[in-house]
Amino acid sequence: MLEVVNLVKSYGAVEAVKDVSFEVDKGTCFGLLGPNGAGKTTTIEVIENVISPTSGTVLYKGEPRSASFNEEVGIQFQETALLAFMTVRETLKTFQSLYEESNNLAELIEMCHLAEFQDQYNDRISGGQKQRFLLALALINQPDLLFLDEPSTGLDPQARRNLWEIVEKIKADGKTIILTTHYMEEAEYLCDEVAIMDSGRIIARGAPDELIRKHGGEKSVSLPRGVLNGKMDKLPFQSRGSQERVELLTGDVNACLQSLIHENIDLSDLTVNVQNLESVFLNLTGRQLRE
Amino acid sequence: MNFKRLWAIFRARNHEFFRDRAAFGWNFVFPFLIVGGFILMFGGDARNQYKVGIFPVKSETFSVAAVDIPARFKETRYLQFIGFESEQEALKKLNHHKIDFLVKAGSPKNEYWVSETSPKGYIVEQLFTKSLVPAHLEPQAKRRKIMGFEIRYVDWLFPGILAMNMMFSALYGVGYTVVRYRKNGVLKRLKATPLSAVEYLSAQMLSRIFLLMFTTVIVWTGCDLVFSFRTVGSYFNIFVIFFLGSLSLTSLGLIIASRGTSEEFSSGILNFISWPMMFLSEVWFSLEGAPAWIKTVSQVFPLTHMLTATRKVMNDGASLTDVSYELSAMMIMTAVCLVIGASLFSWTR
Repeated sequence: MLEVVNLVKSYGAVEAVKDVSFEVDKGTCFGLLGPNGAGKTTTIEVIENVISPTSGTVLYKGEPRSASFNEEVGIQFQETALLAFMTVRETLKTFQSLYEESNNLAELIEMCHLAEFQDQYNDRISGGQKQRFLLALALINQPDLLFLDEPSTGLDPQARRNLWEIVEKIKADGKTIILTTHYMEEAEYLCDEVAIMDSGRIIARGAPDELIRKHGGEKSVSLPRGVLNGKMDKLPFQSRGSQERVELLTGDVNACLQSLIHENIDLSDLTVNVQNLESVFLNLTGRQLRE
Repeated sequence: MNFKRLWAIFRARNHEFFRDRAAFGWNFVFPFLIVGGFILMFGGDARNQYKVGIFPVKSETFSVAAVDIPARFKETRYLQFIGFESEQEALKKLNHHKIDFLVKAGSPKNEYWVSETSPKGYIVEQLFTKSLVPAHLEPQAKRRKIMGFEIRYVDWLFPGILAMNMMFSALYGVGYTVVRYRKNGVLKRLKATPLSAVEYLSAQMLSRIFLLMFTTVIVWTGCDLVFSFRTVGSYFNIFVIFFLGSLSLTSLGLIIASRGTSEEFSSGILNFISWPMMFLSEVWFSLEGAPAWIKTVSQVFPLTHMLTATRKVMNDGASLTDVSYELSAMMIMTAVCLVIGASLFSWTR
């Protein structure tokens, strides 16, 4: 569906995107992850044709993007304002008129749960409502390829779950999605394939399970330090931890638990830390604050 | 050019204009206030252009009829007399140009004071000294009446006020608005659709022209009902001139709209263009007798041509052929500004 080859984007002496290449298959959800300033938004905006690349190629359906590209893609930007003094419904109708083919407005309003605020002005709706509305705008032209740039940033957990459900439905319709996000849980839940960016480069790429296996690090079991007093030497595990808790690193959680039971250690406050995309992300990009 | 897309943006912009009640109302109220204000200030007998101080008099109970100054001077029109109790107080006002001329009441030598640098003071001095000569000793001069209709000041001023309102509305309504849309990301969102820059800019222009013509027709009709203007020429001709004027002014606005995201900077540029245009396009005063280079510079502004043509039609009954030079100038300016604006236009920062 989409192929990005040796993409570079510079702003003066600053190289925001450095030789990035990847492909996105039709009908998949591709996640672009990375810390703040990693170059995710710049990459996605070059692909969207909103900004031009310094060098590199973007192929859509095997060919350079033509004039019809904007007819076939839907875009939800990270930050955007909309036409002033227009209601949600009027804005949807206006955007509908900008495309040759468009979705049925009533169906779109129902799918994105816009009915209750469709007659309110664009700037009088809540954060969660705005994100669903922006998603509806991105879907107005029945796009083959959908770009979602941090669609759930700033949403409360309910609103985020609600947005995920809508994206799941879009995926079920066979649409191709390119998603950037800060939320590893979101990427793990929605994406078939992810690429992790750092300092303008892709540093890891693959299916979330594959990345977790490869870069997730060891599983661990965490316990209060107090319950392990005097028994640490008897346990065959490497450990790390804080003043309050100790983390036992293990490749086999069952074996670890059996050892702990054997030593009569109180397990009532035990936590098993499984590998996930967040541990992959932190292992690859480090634990230091970026901004 | 896709007209469905152009129409969608045209409608959206019109919605914004009509629903922004405060701005919408101001577009109508402003010209009424200006014209009304000028009529109050300069209309009828209240048109006192020169201020003459008189001392020593009781300022609270002051009446010029009871003061001992030359009788013919008292009867001179367009003089406003202001009483002062002391010479010191009156001189202070003269020094600060609060009054143009100062005369001492009851002075056998007709003593007066005037600032050497005050043009108005000089004129009043001439009137004062002339009033000392008895009427029968004045040299003979024959007064002739102006034939035909007299053009009132307000008839001359009104097209200027209306055109000035159009200028500000065209420049700020396009230039400032598009810059704001670029800054807050609306343009970026539109760029991600099939809408082309030409379609977007054309919609902005046409919307603004429609709104300008709409408000102008209403303001003209309203002001005419209140102030009864005399229009010698055809209203259709005035409509054509205003349409071309709007077109050239909004095209100029497009150049400002083409780049940038700073509303403060755009505002500065708009002021830089609009203020000289306002002063050099004969909105407030005629450039008759001004240096040749100022007259040449004034030809650069579309407002000059719109206003010259409108006044020719309104006051002299000119036809479109009579104002073909002004119409051509506005058309050429439109074409030039459109080419520059469209070629410089950027959707994003």
